[in-house]
Amino acid sequence: MNKLSTGEKIFRVFNYLLLFAICVVTLYPLWHVAMASISDPLIVYAKRGFYFYPAGEITLRGYKLVLDNPNIISGFLNTLFYVVVGTSISMFLTILGAYVLSRKGLYWNNLIMKIIVFTMYFHGGLIPFYLMVKNMGLLDSRWSIILPIAVNTWNLIIMRTAFAGIPESLVESAKLDGASDWRIVWVIMVPLAQATVAVIALFYAVRMWNEWFNPSIFLSSKDKYPIQLLLREILLQNDTKSMTQLSAVGQSQQESYRLLVKYCTIMVATLPILFVYPFLQRYFIQGVMIGSVKG
Amino acid sequence: MAIRQDTILTASATKRDSWTSIVAKDWRKHWKIYMMIIPVLVYYFVWCYGPMYGILIAFKEFSPRKGIWGSSFVGLRHFKDFFASPFAFRVIRNTIMINFWNLVFGFPLPIVFALLLNEVRNRLYKRTVQTITYMPYFISLVVICGMIVDFTASDGVIGEIIKFFGGTPTNLLADPKYFRAIYVISDLWQKLGWDSIIFLSALAAINVELYEAATIDGAGKLRQVFHVTLPGIMPTIAILLVLRIGAMMSLGFEKIILLYNGLTYETADVISSYVYRKGIEESNFGFSTAVGLFNSVINFVLVVFANWASGKMTETSLW
Repeated sequence: MNKLSTGEKIFRVFNYLLLFAICVVTLYPLWHVAMASISDPLIVYAKRGFYFYPAGEITLRGYKLVLDNPNIISGFLNTLFYVVVGTSISMFLTILGAYVLSRKGLYWNNLIMKIIVFTMYFHGGLIPFYLMVKNMGLLDSRWSIILPIAVNTWNLIIMRTAFAGIPESLVESAKLDGASDWRIVWVIMVPLAQATVAVIALFYAVRMWNEWFNPSIFLSSKDKYPIQLLLREILLQNDTKSMTQLSAVGQSQQESYRLLVKYCTIMVATLPILFVYPFLQRYFIQGVMIGSVKG
Repeated sequence: MAIRQDTILTASATKRDSWTSIVAKDWRKHWKIYMMIIPVLVYYFVWCYGPMYGILIAFKEFSPRKGIWGSSFVGLRHFKDFFASPFAFRVIRNTIMINFWNLVFGFPLPIVFALLLNEVRNRLYKRTVQTITYMPYFISLVVICGMIVDFTASDGVIGEIIKFFGGTPTNLLADPKYFRAIYVISDLWQKLGWDSIIFLSALAAINVELYEAATIDGAGKLRQVFHVTLPGIMPTIAILLVLRIGAMMSLGFEKIILLYNGLTYETADVISSYVYRKGIEESNFGFSTAVGLFNSVINFVLVVFANWASGKMTETSLW
């Protein structure tokens, strides 16, 4: 029954090898950065090339420089603030909106839904959006990072679908017991739609973690920068001011440490995510499914 | 049952009522629920509809002192300026080309990848490949771009490979010839695995009996792929393709801003990055709002098309 033809055998071997090659290509860049980040800074500075293993004596000095950098620390703290506060506000609004829109027999729901969905089709564009933030007096305020993108229409619709799927009888009996809508949301809806709530929270959190563009146009003081914006300065704009920790090394060595510090910065910014990711993978995949069912 | 009867009753009762009394009754019954959605409505009016009002400045000579309403009206001048400039052709062409190449490689390859992965019988191997190839999706864009800059430098990894094959390595990001390739390949690296998830689940949903029947009919592996597998995931492919087309105008702009520079504008500058440069960097508000409006209108058309097409397809694929 399980006889394989020669062609199938060849295909199988080829397939395993090809997938293996894809994995190598996927992993190499990360491996490269990891290896270079613990290499001798002078060798790294002299030549980028391939790094299959650390070159020269293994050193953690680069990491020390990165973690001693007050900018990096404040960037992480700011990002923590944006992720926690931003996700909380987003979830609060999304859950409330989704609950109301999932109720049947409300006269205005149809119109409200149309108003919301229309924003998926058409938007004002970058400059009017910028001017709005400016006119609200939010330039260089932490709220400019959180409020303007607080609700994501797609997430709101997904949440609404999840709430609409919860048996009406549960809501009815809770109402008979005298529960208010407010209570129903938090005691019935959210716990019963747990999986979707978790996925949406994850979506909001990841989006905030990655956010760099809005901060780059709205924020001017560095002490409010999220980590991604600092990374941009260090990795892409070669901004030496963001690398103040370099002054800890002698003037002559500064240049040679710059590349090493870049590699270490990439590691510091990526490792936390890569460690958490295998545990959250399931939720993300679930999220892709939920989103596509809607689509 | 009881609920359904109740709604039918109210529905027939309201038929006789006037519009105002329906609204008033609805409000009396539901006002507490409506209060809950007010914060959300405020959000949409301020942050989505507010900027739509700001589009007015596309037709004005915007002065911050006079505000959106008070600035003097210039009609279609900004649009004429844009379309008369050599940049219009350039940014439209680049927008189309980058999206085109990204679609040509970025869309079919995850499908092929899912097909290959689907053939793997060893569970552990499959799991490992999945975990590894999904990983780059979780690296932030800024870090990805930092790595791209490093790898494409003249003494970087790619330069090293070029040297191995006897070429002379250069800084690839400074050469307009390579920008699109760098963009597309790095996107593929980041999303190949992730974009295959949806196809993998579509593949898992195909009825095993179809394969058994095909085997009995004497169809080989390859014929099964073309006659069972691909038709089975065709609805998914079609819908994702359409959704991707719908999202074209909004994709990739952040990555372009992170990677492009004066040397590569020729092939890298797209409509949205041009809007960003003119508006945010050069404070040319009226003009860049006009270009942005052009962008939004195309986006609108694409999304309407995508929605219409996917609606059509789900109908036909379901029945």
